[in-house]
Amino acid sequence: MITLENVSKWYGKFQVLKNCTTKVGKGEVVVVCGPSGSGKSTLIKTVNGLEPIQQGKIIIDDTEITNPSTNLAKLRSKVGMVFQHFELFPHLTILKNLTLAQIKVLGRSDEEAREKALSLLDRVGLLAHANKYPAQLSGGQQQRVAIARALCMDPIVMLFDEPTSALDPEMVNEVLDVMVELAYEGMTMMVVTHEMGFARKVAHRVIFMDAGEIIEDTSKEQFFTNPQSDRAKDFLAKIIH
Amino acid sequence: MTFNWTLFFQSTPYGDGIYFNWLLNSAMLTLSLAATAWIIAFILGSIVGIMRTVDSKILNRLAIGYIELFRNIPLFVQMFIWYTIMPLFLTGSFKEWFIQELDPDIQTFILVSIALGLFTSARIAEQVRTGIQTLPIGQRYAATALGLSKFQTYRYILLPNAYRKIVPTLTSEMTNIIKNSSIASQFGGLRELVGLITSMNDQTNSIIEILCVITITYMIINYSVITIMRFVEKKTRLPNMMSGG
Amino acid sequence: MQLFQWIADIPTLVMNNYPILLQGLWLTVRITFTAIVVGIIWGTFLALMRLSNNKILNSFAKIYVTTFRSIPLLLVLMWFYFALPQMIKHLFHLGPDADIGTSCAIIAFTLFEAAYYSEIIRAGINAVSKGQYHAASALGMTRSQSMRLIILPQAFRAMVPLLLTQGIILFQDTALVSTIGLVDLLGAAVKRIGENIGSTAEYSMIIFVAITYFIICFGTPRLIRKISYFKKG
Repeated sequence: MITLENVSKWYGKFQVLKNCTTKVGKGEVVVVCGPSGSGKSTLIKTVNGLEPIQQGKIIIDDTEITNPSTNLAKLRSKVGMVFQHFELFPHLTILKNLTLAQIKVLGRSDEEAREKALSLLDRVGLLAHANKYPAQLSGGQQQRVAIARALCMDPIVMLFDEPTSALDPEMVNEVLDVMVELAYEGMTMMVVTHEMGFARKVAHRVIFMDAGEIIEDTSKEQFFTNPQSDRAKDFLAKIIH
Repeated sequence: MTFNWTLFFQSTPYGDGIYFNWLLNSAMLTLSLAATAWIIAFILGSIVGIMRTVDSKILNRLAIGYIELFRNIPLFVQMFIWYTIMPLFLTGSFKEWFIQELDPDIQTFILVSIALGLFTSARIAEQVRTGIQTLPIGQRYAATALGLSKFQTYRYILLPNAYRKIVPTLTSEMTNIIKNSSIASQFGGLRELVGLITSMNDQTNSIIEILCVITITYMIINYSVITIMRFVEKKTRLPNMMSGG
Repeated sequence: MQLFQWIADIPTLVMNNYPILLQGLWLTVRITFTAIVVGIIWGTFLALMRLSNNKILNSFAKIYVTTFRSIPLLLVLMWFYFALPQMIKHLFHLGPDADIGTSCAIIAFTLFEAAYYSEIIRAGINAVSKGQYHAASALGMTRSQSMRLIILPQAFRAMVPLLLTQGIILFQDTALVSTIGLVDLLGAAVKRIGENIGSTAEYSMIIFVAITYFIICFGTPRLIRKISYFKKG
């Protein structure tokens, strides 16, 4: 489904990604973790081309995104993304947040888009808020809306960039619950997160990154019970109290 | 010193009613000048401001050059250029029509409006740019990730939020454009509010009374614009937010 | 093209008439300098009045600033050019041809710009955090001491870029004094030289003034930035 081959990226002279190679199969849930500044957020943003790369190859569903002839907009509409700071559009109601791209990018009719939006809002338990504006919702609610917004596009894969790290602690679980449900339904997911509970519960694989490199790329069981590198051991010791 | 406070209710020597009519006409002219220039300024300012934020070096440089050019020459000098020099570069039938058939007052009106519009557009461009650039970068990411094109991202996401954010500074540009339109009085005897002062003083020799009335008129216009724009700001403000954006 | 001819004429015209141009530029500089210095001082007082608890001072400053900011500079100049001399001459029994126009124009200009400066300064003072006031009074400083020693220095440091921008705007505004017959740079070039020599000299002179203003307005902020950069080392 997703293939990354020797992906490298520089900001000026500073190399943020070093030869990252990995694969995410269909229906697989992969958690990416690592200390802050390790490049994990940058890595996930390269997957749908939000951050350009200077070297390497990224292939999604047989389409090479680094190929200049690729219709990026069309490809992106198939890749759902959820951001740390939700990034709902503040000037649009919740419903319009969900329908805008369906209408403008997928060319769905207003009615079709609305139905889809309402059914997904219902699914994340926020149907009653359809006509409110983002600022009228709590952080947890906004992030659930953001997930619904991405799902509206019928994505073949979902990317999550630290979806719970900007939330107050009491709101983390309502968002994780939605994500767990999504994983059980067989959605292909790539998740940057520190929530090791989530990783234990649903991840198939864990990628551990440090200083722009993929240090470990292994099964969940292996990662938690028997991490190979000292850096991963350090990291786990700090994050699991 | 004696004052003649009923001056504006006395008849003019031209049989066109009382001086108050003159005042109304001049106020209308001030507002039309400002409105015409505002339309030019808003459209060009938005285009140039957007050009400042796209990732094309050429468009960026062009926009910077435009802004620096129009904001570093005094408006009065720019009006001189438009009023005195620009008509000389007209050619052919357009020149004939513009210079010979068009009413001189309308000629002046057009030329000074363009000057005022371009001068103000450079300032609006800077505000539009700031409005767009101070939006969180994530908004751009989110729109792109949903598959929206660059044009759609600007049209549906960035611009509606940026404009909402800059309503207060646009308001002050609006009051500036009204005040700046007074410089038009120096060209072709245009009788907007400040132009009225000298021409009416020649008739009545009551400068202090005239100055008082014109000052009050400007204050009323200014106050009205601010009140209207405050209403606009309130209308466009999103629920549960301290300020738009 | 004629435009290039007019531009080509500029050096000769400038060389032949440089005394009056320099005189004009000198007046422009004098007005700018006076208005900036006195404007900032008077503007600071106005800002402090606006922030004071004294109702009379507060409303005086408020009315002053609102009035000056809602009317065009040209109108202010007319007040001071037409009305004020008339009143002064009436009060002091001066002859009708006593020339107080120039001083009146400079005063008008300064009072006008002070209203704009006061708003910048007020915003700057408000931007200094409340904690600084508390810290100063906790150390036993009086209100005026904490304003003078703690708040204003911080406020001014933060305001420098805005004050500079306003200074450039003010410099451009001075071009308007030629409308009331003063011979500033624009007045000297366009009214004195251009209209006297006639034909296309006026066009050359307008272009000359535009270029001069552009160079000064574009260059000064960059020059100042460079100097302050070198100073910091």
